[in-house]
Amino acid sequence: MVMLREVSVDELRHLVSERALAGETMLLNMGPQHPSTHGVLRLLLELDGEIVINCIPDIGFLHTGVEKNMEAKTYQKAEVMTDRLDYLNPIGNNLVYCLAVEKLVGLDVPPRAQAIRVILAELTRIGSHLLWLGTSSLDLAAMSTFLYTMREREMILDIFEMCSGQRMMTTYVRPGGLWRDVPVEFEDAVRRFLDLMPRRIDEYERLLTTNELFLDRTRGIGVITADECIQWGISGPVARAAGLKYDLRKVRPYSGYEQYEFDIPTQQDGDVYSRYLVRVEEMRQSLRIIRQALDKLPYGPVRSNNRKFVPPPRSELGVSMEAVIHHFKLWTEGFSAPKESVYAAIESPRGELGVFLEGDGGPKPYRVHYVTPSFANLQIMPILTRNHFIADVVGIIGSIDIVLGDCDR
Amino acid sequence: MTKANTEVLEEAVRVIKERFGAAEHRFRDEVTLIIPPENIIEAAQTLRDTFGFNVLIDETAVDYWPQTTPRFHVVYHLYSMPHNLILRLRVPLNGNAPHVDTMEKVFPNANWKEREIWDMFGIVFDGHSDLRRILMPADWQGHPLRKDYPLGYEEVQFSFNAEEIDRRKPYAKS
Amino acid sequence: MGLEQKTAQMGVVTTTLEQMVNWARTRSMWPMLFGLACCAIEMMAAQASSYDLSRFGMELMRASPRQSDLMIVAGRVSRKMAPVLRLLYDQMPEPKWVIAMGDCASCGGIFNNYAIVQGVDEVVPVDVYVAGCPPRPEGLIHGILTLHDKVQKEKLTKWA
Repeated sequence: MVMLREVSVDELRHLVSERALAGETMLLNMGPQHPSTHGVLRLLLELDGEIVINCIPDIGFLHTGVEKNMEAKTYQKAEVMTDRLDYLNPIGNNLVYCLAVEKLVGLDVPPRAQAIRVILAELTRIGSHLLWLGTSSLDLAAMSTFLYTMREREMILDIFEMCSGQRMMTTYVRPGGLWRDVPVEFEDAVRRFLDLMPRRIDEYERLLTTNELFLDRTRGIGVITADECIQWGISGPVARAAGLKYDLRKVRPYSGYEQYEFDIPTQQDGDVYSRYLVRVEEMRQSLRIIRQALDKLPYGPVRSNNRKFVPPPRSELGVSMEAVIHHFKLWTEGFSAPKESVYAAIESPRGELGVFLEGDGGPKPYRVHYVTPSFANLQIMPILTRNHFIADVVGIIGSIDIVLGDCDR
Repeated sequence: MTKANTEVLEEAVRVIKERFGAAEHRFRDEVTLIIPPENIIEAAQTLRDTFGFNVLIDETAVDYWPQTTPRFHVVYHLYSMPHNLILRLRVPLNGNAPHVDTMEKVFPNANWKEREIWDMFGIVFDGHSDLRRILMPADWQGHPLRKDYPLGYEEVQFSFNAEEIDRRKPYAKS
Repeated sequence: MGLEQKTAQMGVVTTTLEQMVNWARTRSMWPMLFGLACCAIEMMAAQASSYDLSRFGMELMRASPRQSDLMIVAGRVSRKMAPVLRLLYDQMPEPKWVIAMGDCASCGGIFNNYAIVQGVDEVVPVDVYVAGCPPRPEGLIHGILTLHDKVQKEKLTKWA
């Protein structure tokens, strides 16, 4: 077990200003456990009185070694680990892994599976934004929003539990389609949610959007411009709040998103308040997408027919010998992928989530790399917090919506 | 959907192949260019300035142990926002402690990505402003994502070996 | 029996010091905010209005270890985080209890590799293990009630 060691200013002398080395400014540790950091993030703040001059993030406290662990498992078994990376968006992680595997081996996905994938991905987006709204306003001391948003989130988790049996880490999206078809009560539950949700979002907006205290704490704080976003590779609501109209669902659509009509909300200011407005509007657009997908839901199979990659249904095993052979091969060895590399990306609630997958001709992935938005977005913390008060740092961390499981993998 | 401008892509591929001696590889609808390590910074700069590949989406590495030439491939994914194109660049590196120039001056967000590659693979980036470990503790020995680094697998306890693993496991005294 | 009913009508209850101290400790245990990963989201859901934790006396989660009794280790503990966990446990004043919530805290979970501590009982002594990945909020509440039963049976000399 590694022992704790104190970090002296000398080790970080290339990052802090000369005044810190002379002792004029203070290096404050906002440690891995703190009431306001979303997950285990450590920030070293260089302070001149109450003003932050520099902010050095220290990550790695949730490093799980997923990439190396996935290399030791077959393609099907490795998918279980992907849920737990960005734990507020488990369907999204599964989806991007399945898109990469399908691209690598050349597997088709039936349209019903694509439509249900879209519905579940948008429900996850709403769930993630609800949790973001609850916790970031809890940081800014608006405590009642937390209880309201968690109440709505319970409805979404009930829908997931109805489909797959698990509230959060469902592993429902599999290569070739879905694990199994949605139950009969799915449509009613989603429609009830769709009817209820717009009034609830109005309720949150009534609480916060024109609230004097909220505006004071968020207007003009943590500003980033669109050019800086391009330079630093920022994507997602942070970039859209700065004026960059970049959403992967429109630019490089996947899973049938081109059939649905929806807008991309953008703002111009790039501060904490704009990010709040962008995410709330995104929730409304997600409801629009779900309604269209549910109305147009086609009938058909939910998993590809290609038995080399997708296990046959149980009913076939008693009748067909080839089905038994395919089943045996998939369960003992797994399917093999060619010796190529692919990159697939989706729009997660935080930004562009991508997978770089390289196969080696065998049943196990040779290299899986997750390109996560939280890792990219956390790099701009020094820019965002320069010349702000310490109390603003808390609001800024909440607004860029990082999830440390996503960042540290 | 924004139309991807494939003429720009073909032109960029042709120029990079001529000027920097790159090899081309296509798979499905993706283009990969394999560039020798001396030329990678100039190639990236050309792509950014002349052809509009202005975002570095990803920088990572792959280990091909036990073969040592090349042992590592550093993989860059560049995206062009005005033309909506993705291009992959691979740089083959030999030996067990390879060096390559840093991409930080061309794309600032390569800073943390190269720290992660140093931490996980041990590839040194010359000219990097702050090359120290990012995901592992600061005094960790070894580079975990290399293929000759063990997984660190703990033996699973079944009923026949439960007691002997229990004796060896370091439990905390209160 | 008759005497106790008589005194209860007058508003007097008799019990032992041990039972009273344990009753007080269970009914107002303050948990420390130690959510690390996915289990923290389910812990937050348990704290929120659908599965309310404040009916068990855990109204808020104290961020400061000096003011809390119970540490719910919710999530996977990496090797970099383990010394921090031990430091926080040492900073808590006695009496203190630890619940290992979820599979990763109990035994390392699905992550059997170099980066995750295989079971948080390698770092701190654990009283109750709650299984699940992540455990449902009802599962966490069952774990908390099991801890309450365990504390009810404790002797005064344990923390004296």
